[in-house]
Amino acid sequence: MSGTNGVASDVTTESPDVAVVGAGPSGLTAARELAASGLDVLVLDRERQAGGIPRHSDHTGYGLRDLRRVMNGPAYARLLAERAVEAGARVRTSAMVTGWAGERSLDVTTPEGRIRVDASAVVLATGARERPRTARLVPGDRPPGVMNTGQLQNLVHLHHREVGTRAVIVGAELVSWSAVLTLREAGCRTVLMTTEHPHAESYAAFSVPGRAVLRVPVATRTRVARIIGHHAVEAVEVEDLATGARRTVPCDTVIFTGDWIPDHELARAAGLALDPGSKGPLVDNALRTSRPGVFAVGNLVHPVDTADVAALDGHHVARHVRDYLAGVLPQGPGIPLRAEAPFTWVSPGLIRPGAGTPPRERILLWSAEQRLVARVEVTQDGRRIARRTLPWPVSPGRVFRVPSSLLSGADPHGGPITIALA
Amino acid sequence: MNTRQMRYGPLPVERVDVAVIGGGVVGAAVARALSAYELSVALVEARADVGDGTSKANTAILHTGFDAKPGTLESRLVRRGCELLADYATKTGIPVERTGAVLVAWTEEELAALPGLAAKAAENGYERCEIVDAEEVYRQVPALAPGALGGLTVPDESIICPWTTTLAFATEALSRGAYLLLNTRVEGVEPPSGTADTVLRTSRGTLRAGWVVNAAGLGSDVIDGLFGHKRFTVTPRRGELFVFDKLARPMVNRIVLPVPSSRGKGVLVSPTIYGNIMLGPTAEDRDDRTDTSTSEDGFAFLLEKGRKLMPALLEEEVTASYAGLRAATEHGDYQVFLDAGQRYLVLGGIRSTGLTSAMAVAEHALGLLGEAGLRLDAKATLPDPPRMPNIGEAFPRPYERADLIAEDPAYGTAVCFCERVTEGEIRDALASPIPPADIDGLRRRTRALMGRCQGFFCGAEVEKRLCAGVAREHGENGDTEKTGEAQ
Repeated sequence: MSGTNGVASDVTTESPDVAVVGAGPSGLTAARELAASGLDVLVLDRERQAGGIPRHSDHTGYGLRDLRRVMNGPAYARLLAERAVEAGARVRTSAMVTGWAGERSLDVTTPEGRIRVDASAVVLATGARERPRTARLVPGDRPPGVMNTGQLQNLVHLHHREVGTRAVIVGAELVSWSAVLTLREAGCRTVLMTTEHPHAESYAAFSVPGRAVLRVPVATRTRVARIIGHHAVEAVEVEDLATGARRTVPCDTVIFTGDWIPDHELARAAGLALDPGSKGPLVDNALRTSRPGVFAVGNLVHPVDTADVAALDGHHVARHVRDYLAGVLPQGPGIPLRAEAPFTWVSPGLIRPGAGTPPRERILLWSAEQRLVARVEVTQDGRRIARRTLPWPVSPGRVFRVPSSLLSGADPHGGPITIALA
Repeated sequence: MNTRQMRYGPLPVERVDVAVIGGGVVGAAVARALSAYELSVALVEARADVGDGTSKANTAILHTGFDAKPGTLESRLVRRGCELLADYATKTGIPVERTGAVLVAWTEEELAALPGLAAKAAENGYERCEIVDAEEVYRQVPALAPGALGGLTVPDESIICPWTTTLAFATEALSRGAYLLLNTRVEGVEPPSGTADTVLRTSRGTLRAGWVVNAAGLGSDVIDGLFGHKRFTVTPRRGELFVFDKLARPMVNRIVLPVPSSRGKGVLVSPTIYGNIMLGPTAEDRDDRTDTSTSEDGFAFLLEKGRKLMPALLEEEVTASYAGLRAATEHGDYQVFLDAGQRYLVLGGIRSTGLTSAMAVAEHALGLLGEAGLRLDAKATLPDPPRMPNIGEAFPRPYERADLIAEDPAYGTAVCFCERVTEGEIRDALASPIPPADIDGLRRRTRALMGRCQGFFCGAEVEKRLCAGVAREHGENGDTEKTGEAQ
């Protein structure tokens, strides 16, 4: 990290009450709420336009839970940005935070120069991204035409570029179907979707008519073992995980979808405690991290839930940031919240008694496996404190939500709380 | 010669005094050295860019030569090349970091081999190796797996940017008036009879040359065969590598080398000049000279080695994996032969040490050519060496330089976020004397798209800029100002 090694002269300093890093749904919503309460809020985003991922997700379904209306991604992104600005937040784009200069102090590169932002509180809202092919260790040739959904949507919706004509999509979750739609719009047919899970893990509401209308074959229990093609993608080799049988699927485009990882570089550079499962910063029910005055919201801490849920983190954190600035945010140790397999992470990872409920009174979990019946059991110090069968299934590729009321029987002075499936 | 003529259309020249075949690090160094003299020189490369073959995919180490086989040409040229390149890097801004290396002994056999390696280093003229105990090994590399018994330090081993190195040599050759002929594959050779020129039949037409230097790397034995020789065979040896996320960089502050032993060749863990950690390479003999694909077996091998060497490293994400082909031959040394009658010099069998030795190989080549009768009259004046953009982490990059951003806001506009590449740097690369031909070329010049997101955020934006730049290149007409016209 660059830390403080930049050239110290000609650096201008800004001292807002709150610096928000990332102008996606969660950051913009936090900024709007905080600015509306009279605080000086500076939002920093490295992209040229505020709005985050919805800028290039040109499909509907945005805004349901936070704005109580439904709109497409770009409209949602614009609206959130406008509302933050209307509330008085300063939204600065093309402003890339490159490192920390102090506990709540940031180094920023902008076209207008290097800036030092000395904030009283910092909200990290840097979001998440899909793991690329390289991080998934898929060998073979390295031609162009292999990308994530993020790049695909950028290419098609923001740059109006062409992609190929025959695509293989790795993953069969919500975002994967979004990739199918984007490809279709660009005139590219999806010839196969692969998932290592025994079922397509997307919402049935999407995947069943999706498969019918879009006529995309889904190969379950299947992985992409190799990419073939020197100068352009020619095919992928796929393996049936049950039998080990391999076959070659001709295609010219490969989209790696899902498999989210938080964009946690700043969190790690600060040395914040991390959640080993999600790899995002560890937060409590007030969304504060291990560093006083530094909060984390959105898909940075739960990679990934829907945009509206991320936005409502922004709504939730605002009160706690104000309390922190007023010096009345409750202190004291938190109780670790853990999840047993098949869950891979739980958010928040820490319950601090006295700090109120978590966002939307929900505990969020991610599962590696499907369970049609979700019988949730909460234990603490060997004692069962709640057991409930929830009316929705556990599915990989989407967040599993548990009402935080299931934790109400926990001993505030007790040990770690564990959530498991009975 | 404009940038379009470099890559497309009929050759802009019919005859040169010397043709250098192969635009890798060695060929570019030789062309640069030759073009300091009153000679017309062409650097002839089959691919669309310089440094696009073996020279782009190696372990990027500037070797002291401590472990070369004493008495070989390789040993001598690595030692000399290391000095020359370290000095040249300072002048031109090629990123170099003197990290030092430590060879780690994991077995009694390896521990017992260390004094011999120290003695060999001394024989190679390198005196600063030191045998250290396990405690010192862990002080130097705390993240190392338990079980190390001791080590040998090599304080002067360094890491270097291989891409900038080749590009600097070729850029300087160009500025001194050499022709750079890309997309120009040598398909046939008519060796000279008497005083006539050699005729090179290329994919872009015929080129006649008074003298020919064969620096064709993986293809050097094929070219040698076209001159009627059968002296060595290149067997491509594939080396696969993992590049780990920059967040892992604090774990490894020096090059961690294996001790060569009867257990076979191990892999190294090294910081890269771009701030990542590299693990590899594998070593596997192949037949196909173009197959730089990575493999499941290679990945499994690297993961197993990584777990043994530094388990904490495997907790980090892999940012990139790649494979390079070393131009290995059946011989233990560089294959350098001069045929005075044919006015032909072959520089073959130059393995991974070629990055370090390239400038010394060029110096050696000029000596041989001069002895054989090539007239070397120094040019009265030469342009200053190029100043290369810094794409390494050892010195401040443009995004963190307030002075630079104040002069030009483009250096304050990040385009590739993971690698912090700015609009200004991409613009400069596209306008440079040897502009990139494709995304990979842009990556090697700027680091754009090299980072952990692999294009998730910026891929479309970077591609747009590249396409605009390439379109400008195709549209230009006889623009010679930028590139410096060859005579």
